[in-house]
Amino acid sequence: MDIAINTSQSRYHVNEKGYYGNFGGAYIPEMLYPNVEELRENYLKIMSEPAFQEEFEQLLKDYVGRPSPLYFASRLSEKYNTKIYLKREDLNHTGAHKVNNTIGQILLAKRLGKKRIIAETGAGQHGVATATVCALMGLECIVYMGSIDIQRQAPNVARMKMLGATVVPATSGSQTLKDATNEAIRDWINNPVDTHYIIGSVVGPHPYPDMVARFQSVISEEIKKQLLEKTGKALPDYVIACVGGGSNAAGAFFHFTDDESVQLVAVEAAGKGVHSGFSAATSQLGKPGVIHASKTLLMQTEDGQIVEPHSISAGLDYPGVGPLHAHLYESGRGKFLNATDDEALAAAYELSLLEGIIPALESAHALAKLKDLQLKPDDVTVVCLSGRGDKDLETYIKHLK
Amino acid sequence: MNRIDQLFGNKPKEVLNIYFTAGFPNHGDTLTVLQALQDGGADMAEIGMPFSDPLADGPVIQDSSTRAIKNGMRISVLFEQLKGFREKIHIPVVLMGYINPVLQYGVENFLRSCQEAGVDGLILPDLPMDEYETEYKPLFEKYGQHLIFLVTPETSEARIRKIDSLSRGFVYAVSSSSTTGKDKDMKLQEDYFRKLQDMKLQNPVLVGFGIRDKATFQTACQYSNGAIIGSAFVKAIENSANLQETVQAFVRNIKQ
Ligand SMILES: Cc1ncc(COP(=O)(O)O)c(C=O)c1O
Repeated sequence: MDIAINTSQSRYHVNEKGYYGNFGGAYIPEMLYPNVEELRENYLKIMSEPAFQEEFEQLLKDYVGRPSPLYFASRLSEKYNTKIYLKREDLNHTGAHKVNNTIGQILLAKRLGKKRIIAETGAGQHGVATATVCALMGLECIVYMGSIDIQRQAPNVARMKMLGATVVPATSGSQTLKDATNEAIRDWINNPVDTHYIIGSVVGPHPYPDMVARFQSVISEEIKKQLLEKTGKALPDYVIACVGGGSNAAGAFFHFTDDESVQLVAVEAAGKGVHSGFSAATSQLGKPGVIHASKTLLMQTEDGQIVEPHSISAGLDYPGVGPLHAHLYESGRGKFLNATDDEALAAAYELSLLEGIIPALESAHALAKLKDLQLKPDDVTVVCLSGRGDKDLETYIKHLK
Repeated sequence: MNRIDQLFGNKPKEVLNIYFTAGFPNHGDTLTVLQALQDGGADMAEIGMPFSDPLADGPVIQDSSTRAIKNGMRISVLFEQLKGFREKIHIPVVLMGYINPVLQYGVENFLRSCQEAGVDGLILPDLPMDEYETEYKPLFEKYGQHLIFLVTPETSEARIRKIDSLSRGFVYAVSSSSTTGKDKDMKLQEDYFRKLQDMKLQNPVLVGFGIRDKATFQTACQYSNGAIIGSAFVKAIENSANLQETVQAFVRNIKQ
């Protein structure tokens, strides 16, 4: 394992000004400048230190349980008459890919001498992953979470509390992930010296999108190795991942972006339908603008007010998308699909019954597009199974009729 | 000559600049508040263009923005309201807002509308200095709009110099590292204010964030050319039954 330090030649990686094509940058108020600048100056330096890499790898191995398996899903493959592999991020400690990033960032925060950790969370997976590493390192942890998400992801709220974190409800705006992110950024403005903000996806001002993508790049690094072992070829035909902010997709795509034969498929949440007014399919509904200090595609009104998104899955309920994905979309390198709430629910039941794996609602969006890709019998497809469905049981039960 | 430069041309002390959100408390209140500010003796006004996600603002300005948006306020509506306002208002007026609505309106369109309306300058806290310098500076100059940058207690001296060299009109010294509307003790920031004073910047300095009454205003003025009041004013007018009176009384309380 390494942290993808020497791979920045790709034109799909960030440039020295913090941009992916036309997207990215750091549209921050001056109050945030010292924090973000400190991070920008240090992140690559720290991440390339051998001692840092060693500690990161050790924790991923012994604490998270990596490498996560690449599982050949034979009954699912049979159903779609093709070859489907699941990258089992659901088997990570805390149940999702989010922990790859929080382990990396907590080690970085410690080296920067930070004493207090803040985070935002949607589904609660990133909040749990952050609370977990804070407990591990003995650091104070404050997690901002939209009031609506606190209700629909109750088990994760309880987990965060048991792990010693303080969960602060975000009551402004749509009371979901966007607003939790606003509150976390405001907290950082008010605590500029001792606090590190662990952003949970490839969003926010540069260097966050790049830093988080590098920590998550372990996903595609492992896929390449595991696929080679299992099939004799390192390159699949398709890699599919769901996209909220886009961190599991960024990690799953990272080492494949320059292999043009690999189709990168990003699946957004269509909610009740892309044009229903209740959707979070940013690439379809968004226009370029600035959200959370990053220039990217975002859902907004004609006069630039950010629109409240909708998805049944709290982790995809975000009106923007990381600048990397805006670039993959605009350049055509990524194929952007979307799945409705109902399609995701159906896909979750399908995987449960065919493979005995209950996926997170977020990951179910990626699974839902297997039926639409017209996969051929010899095609090899890797689906990033970003998380497990325990947190979504209540939603699943409600829809089990 | 730009009205901000005119104001500071005579090296005044105790300049009072008051922030309020356009279209708040009610859709049609923008000009009423502006007129009352001038009548009450405010030296400058800062009109907030409401944004759905104001990252640098605390709850008071957030709530006023949400309400203003609900009232139907938006940039194009604000320019409608400002049409002809210069027949009555002579104090400098700056617009404050976040970059996304401005990008959607179109930066050049926006600057042109500012000039046509008689606006003197802009505060766009999330427009980075680099971006301004490389992309937009000539446009701001073409339309006679001063861009006012912020400095904070954490801003390094070298960066303050750079900010001072790019700012026009004045430099906005944020009193403490915080979002708007936090009641912090001005006295704690004396070292920072002194440092700014000793740096002898080319621009005048106005202190903002946490200024809420006569006492905090006067403390800020000891070290600067004046101060900006935002949240405290917004709170004061939020439930006012008589805006004219409330606004003028607020200003008089500070100025007398
Ligand atoms: C299991 C799971 N998958 C995906 C996501 C979406 O985030 P991202 O797009 O950053 O991978 C989340 C977010 O909470 C999640 O919990």
